[in-house]
Amino acid sequence: MSPKDAAKNAEAAARLIAYGLRPKQLPARDASYAELVRRYGEDREFTQLTHAVAAGLGLMVLDVSNQAGAVLAATDESAFEIKMDSYARQSKIRERRETEKVMHGVIHLAVAALAFPRPDDLGNDTYVGRVSVDQVDAVVREACRILDERAEQAEANDDPPSDAPELEQAWRAYARRPETATTKDGRLAPDTTRGMISRALRFLAEQGFLVHVNADGGGTYRTTPRYQVQVRELAADAAFTELLELDVVAISGEDGSLRAGTTGTL
Amino acid sequence: MIVDGGLARRLKALACTAPLHDLDARKAKLDWADATAYQMAEIALHTIDQVTVAMDFDTGASHEVIVRRLLPFIAAQAPHRGKAEHEKVARWVLDNLLNVGTVDRGFRSIYGTVGPDGAYERRAFDFKLLVELSAPNGEIYLRATDEAINVLVGALDTDVESAQIAAEVKLENLIKRGRLADAKLAAEQARYRTVQYGETLRTILDATRRDVRSVDWEHAVPELLDSALEHIESRFQAENAILRNITKARDEAEDPGRKRSAAELVEIVTDCITRHTQLQARLQAAGAYFRAEQDRQQFAGPPRKGGVDVFGQILVPTMGLGVGDAKATVEAYFRAASGPSTPGVATLPSLVSMLLRPAPERSTLVGELPEPELAPAEDTDRFSQEHWRRADELLDLTEVPRRLSGLLEEARETDAELARLVALRVLHAYSPEVGAAVRTGEATALIAVDDGTPLDDPEFGGIDLLVVAAMVSAELAEPGADPDDAPAPAEEVA
Repeated sequence: MSPKDAAKNAEAAARLIAYGLRPKQLPARDASYAELVRRYGEDREFTQLTHAVAAGLGLMVLDVSNQAGAVLAATDESAFEIKMDSYARQSKIRERRETEKVMHGVIHLAVAALAFPRPDDLGNDTYVGRVSVDQVDAVVREACRILDERAEQAEANDDPPSDAPELEQAWRAYARRPETATTKDGRLAPDTTRGMISRALRFLAEQGFLVHVNADGGGTYRTTPRYQVQVRELAADAAFTELLELDVVAISGEDGSLRAGTTGTL
Repeated sequence: MIVDGGLARRLKALACTAPLHDLDARKAKLDWADATAYQMAEIALHTIDQVTVAMDFDTGASHEVIVRRLLPFIAAQAPHRGKAEHEKVARWVLDNLLNVGTVDRGFRSIYGTVGPDGAYERRAFDFKLLVELSAPNGEIYLRATDEAINVLVGALDTDVESAQIAAEVKLENLIKRGRLADAKLAAEQARYRTVQYGETLRTILDATRRDVRSVDWEHAVPELLDSALEHIESRFQAENAILRNITKARDEAEDPGRKRSAAELVEIVTDCITRHTQLQARLQAAGAYFRAEQDRQQFAGPPRKGGVDVFGQILVPTMGLGVGDAKATVEAYFRAASGPSTPGVATLPSLVSMLLRPAPERSTLVGELPEPELAPAEDTDRFSQEHWRRADELLDLTEVPRRLSGLLEEARETDAELARLVALRVLHAYSPEVGAAVRTGEATALIAVDDGTPLDDPEFGGIDLLVVAAMVSAELAEPGADPDDAPAPAEEVA
């Protein structure tokens, strides 16, 4: 391969990455994008080159497909990384920072849980999930109810100790937070759970993971193949690994536990 | 030390009433009205009352409706005040029951308990009295929490059914014996129980909609539905009988008070019957609801390949962790799930056009600056500079102590106001602020001493004080005179 060809290939690989950084562009709507995706799938050298370019930029190629396009993820300390700190920063810091972060994180997890209720839905490439603000809140509050019932059955006093707020269980922090609140100008109060959920959904839509469908149920969105790849290939595992490190292992049936038997999953 | 579970329960029950007492404690500090005329705890109870009564299966009352319903009750407490103030009081009470201004819109109380190792530990109890929920149409409505209902009617947290039977029997007896006021109370309590009963069913149906299998539809729920239907049947009979009785009592009553309470009772019992009808309709639809949900939830495609169950394997375990531990998990998830961010960089064409854009015309941005009309500040000093200067001269007593009477006489030669100022300053010197004088580094401080001589003066009464300027040194920071054992030395009698 001549140096000229090598430079051309590198440019093509970088262009594929550039497409991947614009989450709303899809191979189906752009012929040159589709051509690059095809080349990635067929040409092993090009695949490796693309991975190398991505790695140099601080990115990871999760998947390249016709439906999702190039799905990228930022590696640790990369310039493209979105940190929880910067996401949670915009909210008012009246509550403890940690609690606030955990609430946001729990909401993002709940969006994924609702979008892909069964493990199989994550694996099925043709599956399209639907989420709405109402449903996400209901999912988290359902999880609160399950944990509350468990706590009651255990009959141990697990009201949080007043001098160690970091020991308060995450579900209690969520259960305490009001669902909605009146504001002077009639807008959604940002520090209620519905306010936080609708912010999370808008954020995910901006990232090209969700598409707004209509305003039913406080705002309804459908998932994109990109979101499925992101959750399946990286995010779920990342969270799962953290849980394993904390020795929290949950075994779940093959049809998931969101709608099906929630008893005995732990 | 023995701290049992019962104590913790009672402490929690006590904590639920604290926000109500707090309202009365704080009403005096309100700056927009003299709110001491209102019994805030009463209004608060009445608010919870109204919210509870307005609760039905799907929604409840909005803020506006509740405020409107509260107005007559508040107006009765202070009829001479304006309607705007009554409304403000209603909103203040409602906001405080919601605890607007805190992030959680709830209350927290700390109570103590004994841990497994026998040590005393403090725990936090979070509760709410009223909650705001959003209706399907986006409106916000209010519901009372279980805690609130417990505050409203003590010890209601019992078996709903047995409590209801007891209340109905009591009601019937009371009407037979003609005790209408008590009967009204019993009828109201019966109505709250009906509301609570409906809440139980609503929770079950909600859980069913989310997950058929989370509710025991094989034994527990059918039993509950059967007993509920039976229960409604008997209540219908009882309430219709009561209604006949009291309608008669209402029509035959001579005494207007009795007539009114009978009429109120008729209204409450009618409302109870309506509510039972609603509950019955829900109960009848419950079976069909379950079957529809079962169909919807069962006939989903068969599983094909395994993945992670986000809800059961990640979300629920994470939420069961403490906030500190959960943070690591959610941060790992968020970092991986949020995708790359694209730093915003201006492209050359847009940068050029941005630079070439003409500067905005300033005149369109700011209108004419209005000239503020300033009223001259009122002179708030009672004594003029001249008075103060003269008083300073008179009280410059570094050498010889003088009597107050002499000082007053001399001052009165100039001005009656000056005498007043001198008297006030001498009175002030009776409890000299030596500490302040030391801090500000003054050389002398004026001290007045009481030797028991009465003051003979046309304007002032009390003790003819001895006044002297004392040297201040930092070592003597304690005031020498004890003001407690002497009568007030110079009181104004004018």
